Amino acid sequence: MDFTRTILESTPLLLEGIKITILISVISLIIGMVIGLLMCIMGMSKNILLKAISGVYIWIIRGTPMIVQAFIVYFGMPQVIQLFNPSFRIEAFTAGIITLSLNAGAYLAEIFRGGIMAVPKGQTEAARSLGLSKSRTMLKIILPQAFKVAIPSMVNQFIITVKDTSILSVIGLADIVNKAKVYVGKSYQFFATYILVAVYYLIVISILMLLSKYLEKKINYERKGRS
Amino acid sequence: MNVKVEVKNLKKSFHKLNVLNGIDLTVYEGEVVCIIGPSGSGKSTLLRCLNRLEDATGGQVIVDGYDITDKKTNINKVREKIGMVFQNFNLFAHLTVLQNIMLAPVDLKIMSKEEAHKTAIELLKRVGLEDKAECHPHQLSGGQQQRVAIARALAMKPDIMLFDEPTSALDPEMVGEVLAVMKELASQGMTMICVTHEMGFAKEVADRVIFIDEGVIMEEGTPEDVFTNTKNPRAIDFLNKVL
Ligand SMILES: Nc1ncnc2c1ncn2[C@@H]1O[C@H](COP(=O)(O)OP(=O)(O)OP(=O)(O)O)[C@@H](O)[C@H]1O
Ligand SMILES: [Mg+2]
Repeated sequence: MDFTRTILESTPLLLEGIKITILISVISLIIGMVIGLLMCIMGMSKNILLKAISGVYIWIIRGTPMIVQAFIVYFGMPQVIQLFNPSFRIEAFTAGIITLSLNAGAYLAEIFRGGIMAVPKGQTEAARSLGLSKSRTMLKIILPQAFKVAIPSMVNQFIITVKDTSILSVIGLADIVNKAKVYVGKSYQFFATYILVAVYYLIVISILMLLSKYLEKKINYERKGRS
Repeated sequence: MNVKVEVKNLKKSFHKLNVLNGIDLTVYEGEVVCIIGPSGSGKSTLLRCLNRLEDATGGQVIVDGYDITDKKTNINKVREKIGMVFQNFNLFAHLTVLQNIMLAPVDLKIMSKEEAHKTAIELLKRVGLEDKAECHPHQLSGGQQQRVAIARALAMKPDIMLFDEPTSALDPEMVGEVLAVMKELASQGMTMICVTHEMGFAKEVADRVIFIDEGVIMEEGTPEDVFTNTKNPRAIDFLNKVL
């Protein structure tokens, strides 16, 4: 086992991989937030159809493993689309983003819902009694407070999503785990390489954790404010 | 005298529970009406039907000439002119005192930011809290929070104010400061409907006192009619317990 050599040799490869991991996480989380908010609002609407769509979506995503979802998106979906458009191809990167976004979206929808439910009913009643519409009340009164409540769970979901990118290496996404596999294939440095991969993840996720600590502190400070 | 609120045979039930069983009530401009009655008798429900925080099951509620039991009525527009003060204040927790007061007039485009700011400062002076403008609600005492809540409602320049037991969540030493603001408001000619357990306030300020039990108006009249001269056994029983 030669740790120093492994570090030197694998670093360019692993750096490339972690870049992909971070990129796909960030894009998926942004799309996932939009999906999550949409699904959460649909789920709380009075319209039965919207409610059903959101409910079924969350049910399917939560009830199936992500690896199966990735296979469906990457291998299954193209087969169906190719019936109509034979030249259709999907890249692992695109399939990865679709899978991760759909996944994060479902969990974030539940997190947002929890945050909204945590805002006391009196806040809505006060806003409505002043003449604010339902949607203005949601935007100005409920969501800002729900967001604060939801921050810790949201960060938790961000962390899960970053780690879940590793699952996508099975469909050939060129993430850090995949790059590591390639490297150990020629070097047989399993221990050193995978320890290094773990360290990369730890660094990225620690930064996320620090960011959330900072955010929570800032909000607490705002709440304490100056009197 | 102008009629401000007209309630006709109002009924409200939650599932199978009949809470209001045919309420008739007319409130005139500038009148102060106090609603009293035992716990669970439907006082809050009646008040909340007046701005449709609860949907009536039957009957009619006409406020400022608008039939708010009619689904076609734009309830948000009507609510702009009905202020409501809650037992638990319900100040917006994420906003400062100033922002709490300015939010609705600005968001509903009734005032510019500058006008709303000016109005808010004036109102804070009126309730004696101009030094608390930048505080968040949790930094204030209950009595201070309730005074801000009154200022917030007044910022919309309402013609009717609804109060649902505005002092019952307060420590006794803070009840007075809130009642003082309400008295001042009454003396300015505001139309007020107050659910209250403060019999002293009702005696002093009310033009009319309404005693409700089991979702029915059992007794109604001047404070003297109700507090001293009532013959209604339920009212006598209730008053003996609270006075
Ligand atoms: N949203 C609701 N769903 C079901 N039941 C309700 C609801 N709101 C009120 N009730 C019931 O209606 C009855 C009357 O309630 P209401 O709050 O109007 O009484 P109240 O006279 O204001 O009493 P209190 O003096 O305790 O505030 C009670 O039995 C209460 O449990
Ligand atoms: Mg009540």
